[in-house]
Amino acid sequence: MSFIDSLSQLYETLNTDSGFWNPLVWITAFVIVFLIIYIIRGYGNKNYKKNTEQTKAFLSGNPEFEDKEKMHVKAKNLYWGFNETLKGLYKLLDRMHNGNTSDFILWFVVILGIFFIVLGVL
Amino acid sequence: MFEQILTHAPALAVAIPLLGAFLTPLVSKINGKLRNVFVVIITALTSFIVALLSYNILAHESVKFAPDLVKNGIQTYIFGAGSAGDPVVRIVFEVDGVNAFMIILAAILPLAAVIYSWGFMKDETGQDKYYTLILLLTAGMLGMMMTGDLFNFFVFLEITSIASAALIAYRVNNKFSVQAAFKYIVVSTIGALFVLFAIAILYGQYDALNMAVIAKSIQYGLLDKIALILLIVALAMKAGIAPMHMWLPEAYGRAPSSVTVVIIGTTLGSFYGILRVGFTIFGEQIISESNLEVGIALGWVLVGLAILTIFIGVLMALKQNDFKKMIGFAAVAEIGYMVLAFGAALATMYQDSVTGITGISSSGLTALKGGMFHILNDALDVSLLFLVAGAVYYVSKESSLNRLGGLARNMKYTTIFFIIGLVAVSGLPPLNGFASKLMIYQSTYEINPILAIVAILCSILLLATFVKVFYAAFLGPKLPKFENVKEVPKSMLIGMLVLTCVIIFIGLFPNLVVENIVTPAVTALQNASAYIGGI
Amino acid sequence: MMAFQIPYLAVAGLIIIGLYAVLFKRNLIKMIIGITLIESGVNLFLITLSFREGSTAPIYTSSPGGPMSLPVPQALTLTSIVIGVAVLALMLSLVIHIFKHYKTLDVRKIREEDN
Repeated sequence: MSFIDSLSQLYETLNTDSGFWNPLVWITAFVIVFLIIYIIRGYGNKNYKKNTEQTKAFLSGNPEFEDKEKMHVKAKNLYWGFNETLKGLYKLLDRMHNGNTSDFILWFVVILGIFFIVLGVL
Repeated sequence: MFEQILTHAPALAVAIPLLGAFLTPLVSKINGKLRNVFVVIITALTSFIVALLSYNILAHESVKFAPDLVKNGIQTYIFGAGSAGDPVVRIVFEVDGVNAFMIILAAILPLAAVIYSWGFMKDETGQDKYYTLILLLTAGMLGMMMTGDLFNFFVFLEITSIASAALIAYRVNNKFSVQAAFKYIVVSTIGALFVLFAIAILYGQYDALNMAVIAKSIQYGLLDKIALILLIVALAMKAGIAPMHMWLPEAYGRAPSSVTVVIIGTTLGSFYGILRVGFTIFGEQIISESNLEVGIALGWVLVGLAILTIFIGVLMALKQNDFKKMIGFAAVAEIGYMVLAFGAALATMYQDSVTGITGISSSGLTALKGGMFHILNDALDVSLLFLVAGAVYYVSKESSLNRLGGLARNMKYTTIFFIIGLVAVSGLPPLNGFASKLMIYQSTYEINPILAIVAILCSILLLATFVKVFYAAFLGPKLPKFENVKEVPKSMLIGMLVLTCVIIFIGLFPNLVVENIVTPAVTALQNASAYIGGI
Repeated sequence: MMAFQIPYLAVAGLIIIGLYAVLFKRNLIKMIIGITLIESGVNLFLITLSFREGSTAPIYTSSPGGPMSLPVPQALTLTSIVIGVAVLALMLSLVIHIFKHYKTLDVRKIREEDN
């Protein structure tokens, strides 16, 4: 491609004002570290007994049901702790997002007023 | 060798989709497959012409195809005659660095959407109207991003909003789609009417509709302040900046997925309108010695709105249980990042005590580059996520995450595309989201550390959101109702592959893109006098 | 002198009444009428800009002399009226579909599902 001055422009690093980023160097470092970890893993114990308890998923001692619907954690229960802690904030946000079309235009008029006051018209 | 095409390229880029849109119902009466092939050919032809046009403007002098068409980095196309007249009476398409950057975006997205909808829309009725409206939307989007005339901008804005509203309500038997389309058209119309009001005020003052002519003779009186505020706030409402963002997740979430991809381009076109108004038309007034505090005040107000947008987008996304609405809220948060970058850049303006010239400091320049780069990255990443959501809906006919599970066993390629989209949106290395977000983090840290802390925190929360989606939809045991689920049709995979290839390319070679595409755009944005000299 | 300010006051009045109808009325049809009022106000503003005192309409080739009104804002107003008609037709057809599904026209009841 004659778009680039020379082929070395492909490998240059991106310079921000106070740092730099080079994805090819990062990928080589990642691959080298991954190979080292893989070789260390290869020194471990390779034997396991088939068709016993060792091959099943670990469920912390809970029983495993036959009905797979009940085994899968539903999406609304996944971040329960986070949602419970911020219940007050979410009640405020839900009142804002009630889907009322007039409220959309109300916010537009409010922001228009704020901009007028800040930029010195009113 | 492409001289003939390049002379007329700005007009061809709008005229070819328009002609295709009017021919599609006729072709569709012959055969359905022929119409699909026709639409793909028209979109590919448009992308080719846009690629030629952008290359000619952004390349170095020695490798351009037609160097004498581009003067000072700007190509002007005057409709109807050789010269624009004095005073300027003709409609002019003025394509400079910023426009060349935005039309690259506007050419990739419809191509992916049209290839994807070959398989996605196979069983729906009324497909000829669907393809006509998508081609109209493409033409309107490209016209909005290239025009140099304010009233022409308003007309293309209305074309895109009418076509989008009809496409959002495409499935009329689903009651949520129809109400989302109604809210979209109400918000769009009121925004466009206030834009027209501001254009009328500017016309009454300066007797001109051309952007360059207004920029040459603008002052900063009371009426100009009113026009600036009306334009910025109405276009911000169309771009989805909080607290006026509430139509965006509903409209993006209830439209068919390939339509959402093209509407993302339209939203970013309105954001480009804010940039053009703020930096070029009012540029000499806001970034000038006498009005330094105006620019800084405007910058800090935009930063405040951006922080609000990022927080609201991310917090609401964590709570959602509907797949596409969650991605819609994530898209709102990403727009907040762009406004943060541009507001922070405006807030660092200073006046050089020696020469008396005002300018943006060097960290502000990095913020501008990061914000511009993020526009391209964010559009590609969020589009890929919406296409994956569409694939999941096509296979299982469920749109709520509570009823999905275990899809990764049967849909391997879709899972890989989702992982790439997840890594790219949350800004993890080595993909393109990290490159642009790194520039935003480092430049806003030098302006005020709290901005960088908020930005990084909300990136991590976005990662948490998409990991929740990945677990709930793809991992887990094989559910009995999804026993016979197969992989999606090949055309949908090819549509997703187009976007993925561009994402990986930009991720591996970010300096190439930043130096050759983003930096000319940022230089052209700050250089209002070059735009004025283009007429 | 006051007579020449009346069109501008009418524009402000139309836009404020239209915004009031969009913001505070609960019927969908009344909201659409409010949008039409705002659009009429903006069109009136465009036409008022083109008026010059004692002028004739700008449609003559060999005019009877004297000043003529500006033709450009009148062309812009025509474009805007056509766009307004198209948007109004689209909004009303969407309201027909909404009524078939929701059986009500109250804007507070037309919302997304909660899950």
